[in-house]
Amino acid sequence: MSMPKTVAADPKGVLAGYHFLDGDHALAEGALAAGCRFFAGYPITPSTETAERFAERCPNAGGLFIQMEDEIASIAALIGGAWGGQKVMTVTSGPGFSLMMENIGLAAMTETPLVIANVQRAGPSTGLPTLVAQQDMMQARWGSHGDYRAIALCPDSPQECFDLAIEAFNLSETYRVPTFIMTDETVGHMHEKVVIPPADKIKVVPRNWYQGPKSDYRPYKFTGKDVAPMVKAGDGYRFHVTGLTHDERGYPALTVEQNKKVVTHLIEKIDSNADKIIRLEEKDVDGAEVVVVSYGITSRIVSKAVQDAKAAGIKTGSLRLITIWPFAEKRIRELAGKVKAIVVPEINYGQMVLEVERAAAGKCKVISVNHCGGAVHDPDTILAAIKEGAK
Amino acid sequence: MTYANSDTEFRQDSPMAEFLRMERMPHIWCPGCGIGTVVNAFAEAVKKSGIDMDKLAVVSGIGCTGRVAGYVKLDSFHTTHGRAIPFATGLKLANPELKVVVVSGDGDLFGIGGNHFIHAARRNMDMVVICVNNFTYGMTGGQLTPTTPATAQASTTPYGNYEYPFSLPSLADAAGASYVARWTSLHARNVTQSIREAMNRKGFSFIEVIAPCTTLYARRNRLGDGLNALEYYQGDAEIAHGADTRTVDIDFQGKIKVGKFVDREKPTYLEAVNERYANVLGDEYQLYGKTQPEREEEARREAAARELEAERMRAEDEAMDEQEGA
Amino acid sequence: MAFGTIKNITGVVTINWNWCKGCGFCVGFCPTKALALSSEYNAKGYHPPYVKSPDDCRNCEFCQTICPEFAIYVRKQEEEEQTENEHA
Repeated sequence: MSMPKTVAADPKGVLAGYHFLDGDHALAEGALAAGCRFFAGYPITPSTETAERFAERCPNAGGLFIQMEDEIASIAALIGGAWGGQKVMTVTSGPGFSLMMENIGLAAMTETPLVIANVQRAGPSTGLPTLVAQQDMMQARWGSHGDYRAIALCPDSPQECFDLAIEAFNLSETYRVPTFIMTDETVGHMHEKVVIPPADKIKVVPRNWYQGPKSDYRPYKFTGKDVAPMVKAGDGYRFHVTGLTHDERGYPALTVEQNKKVVTHLIEKIDSNADKIIRLEEKDVDGAEVVVVSYGITSRIVSKAVQDAKAAGIKTGSLRLITIWPFAEKRIRELAGKVKAIVVPEINYGQMVLEVERAAAGKCKVISVNHCGGAVHDPDTILAAIKEGAK
Repeated sequence: MTYANSDTEFRQDSPMAEFLRMERMPHIWCPGCGIGTVVNAFAEAVKKSGIDMDKLAVVSGIGCTGRVAGYVKLDSFHTTHGRAIPFATGLKLANPELKVVVVSGDGDLFGIGGNHFIHAARRNMDMVVICVNNFTYGMTGGQLTPTTPATAQASTTPYGNYEYPFSLPSLADAAGASYVARWTSLHARNVTQSIREAMNRKGFSFIEVIAPCTTLYARRNRLGDGLNALEYYQGDAEIAHGADTRTVDIDFQGKIKVGKFVDREKPTYLEAVNERYANVLGDEYQLYGKTQPEREEEARREAAARELEAERMRAEDEAMDEQEGA
Repeated sequence: MAFGTIKNITGVVTINWNWCKGCGFCVGFCPTKALALSSEYNAKGYHPPYVKSPDDCRNCEFCQTICPEFAIYVRKQEEEEQTENEHA
C-alpha cells in the first residue's frame, strides 16, 4: 500500500507557539491541529481536561463539541460524525473505555476512522480514579468481541501527546481503523513544554475521498491490502453501512464465506502494513546485554534505571514502544536472539510482557517488573531486574 | 396486466423503485408485519414533500424495524442496539445539511436506547424519530419491551406481563420533544402526513406507529393474524389531536388514542449553540456549519420552501374537502 | 357541478404474484371491494389477491400503501397504458 499524501494543517486549529501544557490539553491541541472538528465526550477523571479544552477552543476553530449523556452515546455519535464527513475524537479512561467497546467493534467492522484517547487510571472498576496505571493495554487489543485489529499509540510526554494525536488521526484515516492513544494519568496531568509548529509545518493526512462515478462507488474493498476510499452522507452516493457481515456494497451478506472475507481484510490491512505503522525509540540496543522494553510514563523511569545500570557496568539498552498495537514482534524476536534478557516494567500485573514473551519465544530471559496501579515504579526495582537479567 | 410479466419488470415499474433497494427484495419481514406499511408511508411522505433524497439519511438500530435502513435507497446506517439516536446526533452535527430520520423499534429505542431518546428529546436535536411499536422484541423471539401492556404474554413473561409499560407520547413530551404524534399502521395516510410535517420542521419530532407483530406478539397472545390486528386498530383507535399526553396509555387490546399530541416551536440544539456562541464570542464567531451570509440565504430559502410545502398541504386539504362537499 | 360531468378515475392494479404473503390487508381494506383472494397458491403457499372488479378500482392507492410486501401497486388508467406502451 502506497504512503498516503499529506497536506498542511488547517491554521484555524493550530495554536502555533511555545506552550506549557499538560498531556490532556496537548491532546486537544493535537486533535485540533490534525483537523478534528467534532468531539463527543463524557467527563471522566483524569481525562476531562481534554474535553474541556476542546469545548473551549473549538468554536474558534470552526468545530463542535457535545457532551453526550454517556460514553456509549459519545462513541456512537463519533461514528455518525465520521460518516457525516468529519474527523472525530473522544477521550476517556478505563470505565468509559469498557463502555465504548461494543461500538469500537462497530467502528472496526464498518472501517470508520476515529481516535479515542484513554488516559489510563488504576482499576479494576472504579479503582483509583485520580492515579496512574497502564492496565488497559490488552483491552485496547482485545476489548471488543470478535476478531479485528486496531492501532494503539503510547505517548510519554505532553509533547508526544500533541505529536501522537496528529499521528493517530493520520493512521486512522489511512487505514480506516479506530486508533487509540493510550496515555495515563501522569502524562495526562504533568505540565511540560509543548512546541506547536506553524500550520504549514504540520503534515496531516486528509480523508481519502472517493473521486469516481457515483454508480461505481463501493464503501468496502476486501481484496488486496489497501482500503476503499470514503464518502460522506449527503453527497448522493446512497450507500449503506451496517455492523452485520457485509459485502463490498455494504449490504448484509450473512454467510460464512463473506465473514471470512471481511474479517481477513480487517486483520490483513493492519498486520500486513505493520512495518509502516510501528514506531519504536531505541537507545544503545546494539551490543546490549539487557534491553528494557517499556512504554508511556514508565519509560521515563526506565531512563534513570538504565543510567544506573550502565554506571554499574552492564551494557544496557532501551526500547520504547511508541506504537503498542500492532505489536513490534519482529523486532523483539530479532533482539531476543542477541541479548541475555529483556526487562519489561509496566504499571500493571503483566500485559505487554506477555507479547514480549510470545515474540521472544524462549530465545532469551524475559523479566517482568510489575507495579500495581496508583504510582510509577521506583527505578531501583527496574535496576534490580536489569542486574538479574545480566547474570 | 394484473400480474407483472416478470420480477425484473415489477422491480422497475414499482412506484417504490426510486425509494427501495429493489435488488434486496423480497424482504425478511413476516406476513402481516406492520413495518412494510410504515416504509410505504415514509416513501410517500418523501415523494410528496419533494425533499432532496440525497440529503436524507436513515439511521436504524437492531431488530426487525432496524432492518429498514438496509432496504431504503438512501444514505443509511444500521447501527448497534439502542444507539441509533446518538449515531444520528453525530451524523447531523457533523453535517447539519442532512435531514436525519431514525427508524427503529420500541425495544431498541426505549429499552436499551431509552437514555439516548430522552436526551435527544431534551436537547431538541433536529431529527425525526419514527418508532414502530409492536409491543415486543420481535427479532429475538417475542420478549417483553418497555411498552408491552400489562397482562400480555411474552417469552420472558410466560405467565403474563406484570410490569408497568411506558406511554411513549408521555415520555417524549416530558423529555421535551417538540413534536409528538401517534398513529397505527392502518392509518397509513396519517402516518405519511405526520412524517411530512415532521420532516418539514426543525427540532425533535417523534412519531409512534402501533403495528402488528403477527408471528410473536399476536400469536403468543392469541390475537389472530395481521388482518385481526388492523381490525382492532380500526375499531379501537380514537383520533384525539392535542390530547394530554398523560391520558394516552394503552391497555392490553384497549383503546388507542392517536393523533398529533404535541407541536411547538423551540430552538434546536444547533440553533441554541450558535446563539450562545454568537452572544458570548461576538462578531468573530462563525456560525457552525456555514458562514453567516450562507446561513441567512439558507434560512430565506428554507422559510420559502416550508411555506410552499404548507401551501401544498393546505391546497390538498381544500381539494379533498371540495370533493367530499361536491 | 352536476354529477353527470364528473369523470370517474379508474386505476389499474399490478400485483407481484411471488412476493405476496397473503396477509389480506389489501382485500380487507379496499374501499370499493375491488380485490379478492384468489383460490390459487403461489410458490410460498399463499393466496395472492386478484382484481375481482377492475371497474371499481378508484386509484386510491390504499392497497399500495398498506401492503407490507411492496407487492401491489396501482396506476391511473392513462398512466398504466403509457407504461405498457413503453414496454411494448
